[in-house]
Amino acid sequence: MSNSNSTEIIRAGLKKRYAREKRFRLFGIASLMISFAFLLVLLFTIVSKGWPAFQQTYVKLDIVLDETVLKVNNKSDEDALFSANYQKVVRESLNKMFPGVKGRKQKRDLKNIVSNSAAYTIRDDVLENPDLLGTKQTYWFLAKDDIDVFMKGKIDRDLPEDERRLKDYQFEWIDKLIEEDRLEKRFNTVLFTNGDSREPEQAGMKGAIMGSLFTMLVTLMLSFPIAVAAAAYLEEFAPQNNKWVDIIEININNLAAVPSIVFGLLGLAVYINYFGVPRSTPLIGGLVLTLMTLPTIIIASRAAIKSVPPSIKEAAIGLGASRIQTLFQHTLPLAMPGILTGTIIGMAQALGETAPLLMIGMIAFVAEVPTGVLDPSTVMPVQIYLWSDSPERAFTERTSAAIMVLLGFLVAMNLIAIMLRKKFERRW
Amino acid sequence: MTDVINTMPGMPRAVPLESETPKPAVDAITGEKHRSEFDVEINGTVGKPLVDNAKMSSRNCDVFYGDKQAIFGVDLDIGNNEIIAMIGPSGCGKSTFLRVLNRMNDTISICRVTGEHTLDGEDIYGKKTDPVLLRARVGMVFQKPNPFPKSIYDNVAYGARLHGLASNRSELDDLVEASLIKAGLFKEVKDDLQKPGTGLSGGQQQRLCIARAIAVDPEVILMDEPTSALDPIATATIEELMDELRSNYTIAIVTHSMQQAARVSQRTAYFHMGKLVEVNDTDKVFTNPEHQLTENYITGRFG
Repeated sequence: MSNSNSTEIIRAGLKKRYAREKRFRLFGIASLMISFAFLLVLLFTIVSKGWPAFQQTYVKLDIVLDETVLKVNNKSDEDALFSANYQKVVRESLNKMFPGVKGRKQKRDLKNIVSNSAAYTIRDDVLENPDLLGTKQTYWFLAKDDIDVFMKGKIDRDLPEDERRLKDYQFEWIDKLIEEDRLEKRFNTVLFTNGDSREPEQAGMKGAIMGSLFTMLVTLMLSFPIAVAAAAYLEEFAPQNNKWVDIIEININNLAAVPSIVFGLLGLAVYINYFGVPRSTPLIGGLVLTLMTLPTIIIASRAAIKSVPPSIKEAAIGLGASRIQTLFQHTLPLAMPGILTGTIIGMAQALGETAPLLMIGMIAFVAEVPTGVLDPSTVMPVQIYLWSDSPERAFTERTSAAIMVLLGFLVAMNLIAIMLRKKFERRW
Repeated sequence: MTDVINTMPGMPRAVPLESETPKPAVDAITGEKHRSEFDVEINGTVGKPLVDNAKMSSRNCDVFYGDKQAIFGVDLDIGNNEIIAMIGPSGCGKSTFLRVLNRMNDTISICRVTGEHTLDGEDIYGKKTDPVLLRARVGMVFQKPNPFPKSIYDNVAYGARLHGLASNRSELDDLVEASLIKAGLFKEVKDDLQKPGTGLSGGQQQRLCIARAIAVDPEVILMDEPTSALDPIATATIEELMDELRSNYTIAIVTHSMQQAARVSQRTAYFHMGKLVEVNDTDKVFTNPEHQLTENYITGRFG
């Protein structure tokens, strides 16, 4: 009697239990969909804004390399060739194409059809081959950012003249250039081969990419061995139930939660002011980011080392392996996938970090591409911040493009980590 | 009665000493069955714990885990080329005692071992004794098969490589083959030596672990419930193997199966609450035990 009664009670509750389970699953799916939607929106905005930055408008000009205009008497005089006024021949070429331009402002606008890098392009060409002097050459120059922005359809012709960047006479020039097939959009190699610049059309992120790369290398080389050694010591060698070990553990866990700008201040106070590490360099950036990454990697590595089955360690010790041999031959290889996961999480954090780097001078405007860890440089997230702060319209798309490159960098790093992890996991 | 409550099985501490248990044993036996065990006095070890041709011997062995004492004054010899079985209820200290013999307890930081322990007359806890060398001479097979996540070959070769026992590849090959043959595994795996050791069946894995232990050429092999995770057929194979190994090695085995102890061993030691109660020839322990506790255990009154 009581038996069938219980069955009835259970049966009555079943419907409610299943409904609860279904609700929970729906919530899960819904939250997944929402996060996915936000991710799509984010990617769409960045890609749609940044995509045009991968193209750049070029202007074709016929340049007469007149020795008298350039004031070069001797073709073998390199100093003269170097310091000659190439800007002038560009201006002459434009004047010839658009005669009758009057007024200082209009003349300046005419000059500003091409980027001022045009002069350097010619200079480099002439320095390499002085025989070009006196001849007429055809060049494709970078267009000035306003022209570029217009060519990408970002300036509305139909607005009243005083509300737009380009005036009516400039449209006439552009129309003529288009008519003569002198304007062309090409893949923007400048973005990947140049350092930063105040001129948007000349600004590239090679400096930031190299800066990030060097900074990450310094961070990885320092934080990985230190963190793994610390984790291995704390897990395998440190005395248990020791007051000091407990204090160290608590502090490591707390460090993981310290705001990153504090590490920047620490780097400024200790590394730069006390030890005299040069500021604005990947070295100091790497040192500061190491401080930030260490707790993340240590915590992940400890968890990974802890999860290695004790039976494997006992087997090795039982066969006469020393503790160090057991650690290096069994524990660490088996913990490596987990350690690598922690490392990648730490490195990804470090790659995207801006705040502590502001404190140690990596926000400086650096046009040169760094060639080592002691060259002044900036990093990608700081570059993004700098560009997003610039008033020129053309920097907007470059900002988004830089974000895309940064994301690409992150994906590449993750891929390498996954491949490494797969490789280590294949040890059955 | 508080004494009784304090001494639950599985808690290897607070064993009532003789002076603290004024109740006569006779009364206890007439009492409730599951309580009777606690009231029997353990007044030293009965039987023959010592032998003439001892390979290993322990005198006055105490083991502490922090404040808790796990083993109380055990005296025991392990004779040359014999198999000695250690039996007793869970938590009685038999595995702990086994781990004393090759200093595996060193890996537990809170564990402290006292007493005199010798291998061939040498003190194994002496300052001069290297635990690495000791563990090469006193091998161990664990309760759960624990092959390394490497190939069968690398598993067996591990110890030999560690200690530099083979000078070249062909010597190592021979050593691996010989060890696998001795462990009775070679026929089954001879074509798969490069396959992972973890892919074998449970019984094969345990024999692989035995082969791995043999490859270091130890003098004593300690086995901690080596067949508790295996089915009866795999168990029978390993028991046969132990019998063959006896001619070359001294074996100490901890087991929960009294049948296994009766089948494989020459001497049997019965542990209870961290004390060594009785040691005798295996036949005698299982047919005519001297101590009341031993009798209670082997007749299945508790355990």
